Amino acid sequence: MPRLERHPESTYTAFATGLFDPSRDTPSAVAGPQGHAAAKRYNVYRNNVTVSLIETLAAIYPAVQRITGADFFRAMARSHIRATPPTSPLLFDYGRDFPAFIQQWEYAQSMPWLADTARLERAWLDAYHAADVEPLSSDALAATRPERMADLVFTAHPATRVVRSPFSAVTIFAANRGADRVGRIDASTPEDALITRPDLDVAVRHLPLGGAVFLTSLIAGRTFGEAAASALADFPSFDIASGIAGMIEAGAFTAVILGDSDDL
Amino acid sequence: MDAANRSERPALAPLRFSPLIGGFSGTSFKHEHLPAILAEGKQRGFFEVHAENYMGAGGPPHRALEALRRDHPLSLHGVCMSIGGPQPLDREHLARFRRLVDRYQPALVSEHLAWSTHETTYFNDLLPLPYTEKTLARVCDHIDQMQDVVRRPILLENPSTYVTFRESTMGETEFIRRIARRTGCGLLLDINNVFVSATNHGFSALQYLTEFPLSCVGEIHLAGHAWSSDDEDEPLLIDSHDCAVADPVWVLFESVIRRCGAIPTLVEWDSKVPDWPILKAEAAAAQAILDRCHAIAPRAYRHAAA
Repeated sequence: MPRLERHPESTYTAFATGLFDPSRDTPSAVAGPQGHAAAKRYNVYRNNVTVSLIETLAAIYPAVQRITGADFFRAMARSHIRATPPTSPLLFDYGRDFPAFIQQWEYAQSMPWLADTARLERAWLDAYHAADVEPLSSDALAATRPERMADLVFTAHPATRVVRSPFSAVTIFAANRGADRVGRIDASTPEDALITRPDLDVAVRHLPLGGAVFLTSLIAGRTFGEAAASALADFPSFDIASGIAGMIEAGAFTAVILGDSDDL
Repeated sequence: MDAANRSERPALAPLRFSPLIGGFSGTSFKHEHLPAILAEGKQRGFFEVHAENYMGAGGPPHRALEALRRDHPLSLHGVCMSIGGPQPLDREHLARFRRLVDRYQPALVSEHLAWSTHETTYFNDLLPLPYTEKTLARVCDHIDQMQDVVRRPILLENPSTYVTFRESTMGETEFIRRIARRTGCGLLLDINNVFVSATNHGFSALQYLTEFPLSCVGEIHLAGHAWSSDDEDEPLLIDSHDCAVADPVWVLFESVIRRCGAIPTLVEWDSKVPDWPILKAEAAAAQAILDRCHAIAPRAYRHAAA
């Protein structure tokens, strides 16, 4: 390699390009002492980058790692990191595409519920870092006249998330976030989750049938009446009264107003 | 304090300027240690956090940092500003950094002589840069910009490196000395990094410290390292922050303190984090050296404050 004057930009580009691509040669711009070879030296950076990002994903997705085992998880995470490296230095924002990656990764096809478990873990971390706001008090609706209920519009708490799954994702998530032994789980029951953080602790609840349709309508800013109608259309057995009470109790909202006035 | 830059959940009591931390040791702050730290009540010493871990909107991280900051001085240590990179600094990240400084009023603010972002990819590592006139000018521009945004001088940390660049035209100490002179920034002298780089590149750590602009140093870092080997099967040290500070690093530290006085000193431990008493004992060991050299009066942080 001739010793040419190099532009720093090309040095940085060469250094960066090889970090996620082990098939590339060590960049010619780098060296060991006295011009010695630097392959193992450059590989320290490759290793730091990949291992630290695998550990980032393992910290965000502990239940997924517990289910798959560490070796499987690391291989899956490494593939994802190379395909979709972080674009922000805020690593608690990284891994949003990991559930979708898991869903299509060929080696994870025997665990079709794994991606939804990951979606729950991602929602858990979003709730953990969400802004701190006082949730709506449980007696917030006490003064509302029954005939005005249908016009209520709720404001979701910044931590509130809904995750829907055709699998038993809530049960699988709950069983694998701790250190207790996990027994056999029937993964085939559809489960929807409500994730909230009214104060310090993130809570994950299993929503009743119809609850997810109802709550996502409310979060989207539709009135109580519209949300109830769409939930009942899909799930006639949905209990509106206990549904809304449970969601307020969970800390899912921060405010409620009448659709066109603030007179409850 | 600029009220518009406070978060929506202000601290219970306003955080005022930090107590002086000259002459004290401190440790990295890890959340799992918070109950043990709070149980001990107000102690002398300070804590350092990685700024990026507190850039979320709210939640337990901020609550923990508020609790810690109420009774202890804080050092805010950035790890991903990418000051050494070729591209402009991330304005959003600068704004987030400023909000943290405004909110927590840290005693010290620092960043690294390194890069971590290239184009749109964030590599989550402190990557090395060539030392040339061109990179020097750019690093100085980036430090000027950061100091303008956070409205105070920062401390720039010397890196640990595993490679050198063929195109470098000056040594690291000259590069750092010229940065400090041109930008007015202070320096964070990481003595473990000096030892790691000296071993990896076959130079004398003592010589490096002789050439280093010690009068600009506002904080010292100590940390543990791991052993590996290079392409010639020579020792290659890894800046792992996962174990106790090594003996030769303690020796170098004492030599610097004897020369410079009791500079605030932080023990970093970021991986395989031990129970609080073990980390606390490392800080106590650093404190003992600071106290032993007490005959040399704690030096005001002259350079950057000037």
